[in-house]
Amino acid sequence: MSVETPLIGDFQPFPSASTEGSLAGVRVGVVTFPGTLDDRDAMRAVRLAGGTAISLWHGDHDLRGVDAVIIPGGFSYGDYLRAGAISRFAPLMEQITAAATGGSGALPVLGICNGFQVLTEAHLLPGSMIKNNSLHFLCRDQRLRVENADTLWTSDYAAGEEIVVPLKNQDGQFVADEHTLDELEGEGRVVFRYVGENPNGSRRDIAGISNAAGNVVGLMPHPEHAVEPGFGPDSSARGEVDLRGGTDGLGIFTSVLKKLVG
Amino acid sequence: MPRIVVDVMPKPEILDPQGKAIAGALPRLGLTGFAGVRQGKRFELEVAGEVTPELLEQARSAATTLLSNPVIEDVTRVEVIQEDAE
Repeated sequence: MSVETPLIGDFQPFPSASTEGSLAGVRVGVVTFPGTLDDRDAMRAVRLAGGTAISLWHGDHDLRGVDAVIIPGGFSYGDYLRAGAISRFAPLMEQITAAATGGSGALPVLGICNGFQVLTEAHLLPGSMIKNNSLHFLCRDQRLRVENADTLWTSDYAAGEEIVVPLKNQDGQFVADEHTLDELEGEGRVVFRYVGENPNGSRRDIAGISNAAGNVVGLMPHPEHAVEPGFGPDSSARGEVDLRGGTDGLGIFTSVLKKLVG
Repeated sequence: MPRIVVDVMPKPEILDPQGKAIAGALPRLGLTGFAGVRQGKRFELEVAGEVTPELLEQARSAATTLLSNPVIEDVTRVEVIQEDAE
């Protein structure tokens, strides 16, 4: 599957792409399931960060030699049964699970929204998501705090730094038993936390977590929708921005590219 | 044709937002006698022939792997029912 660039307007790669051309050598795969919505956006985010985006199909058995994988948002299999429950058994997920649990040098995997749900269903991340406590589908710009800046996906941020990225989901309430929550907190595996009012009832305001090794990260909000001036949120945690000028999510993608090139 | 029924319920300690919403709607119908509602799922696995012990075992396996998520749900029933039963 080929993906044209640009989708809209002039395509301006992130400045680091020209100064650190080697970032373009990092191949980040983006998985498409039936019902995935944000695969194109995630691929565009990878390219804007300076990397090379590779389209992966859920039914394939081949990871195409990618250096990292993003499982994007959407409604894979229509969220039938439970969000992510059917996708988890897709052929490509077997490859991803095996590669992501391969010890040192394990494949970096990021799950966004539905991708996070898939990762919990696949037991690559603990806990699960249930319906928002409001029962409403939420779509808003959400302020988050980066609690752990040591993961492969957050190293371009400072610990404690705040970012604003869109949040849009129905089943966004993160739940886990108290023991698991204590473990996540104790091991520094809470990667993102909601700032301000908890939007969906998630335990301990958790918006994103990592596995013990730190290579697998999942979060409910959408960093890939806050990477390009003109198409992002109207606000940024870094100060005032133009209308739709928020690009606080780009650091997620530059983080993994820089880590992998190094 | 026999069917294997699998019931899945949210774990007691997991808040059930859907059940809560239903509980909130009942009094609007004048049905005020219920202290709470929890919403689960019922699956019916249709069997073409006879339900063998192996098939029942497969149903149990399906119940705990695909049909439920043990983090948030319990399988409360795996039972064979014959046609016209229940």
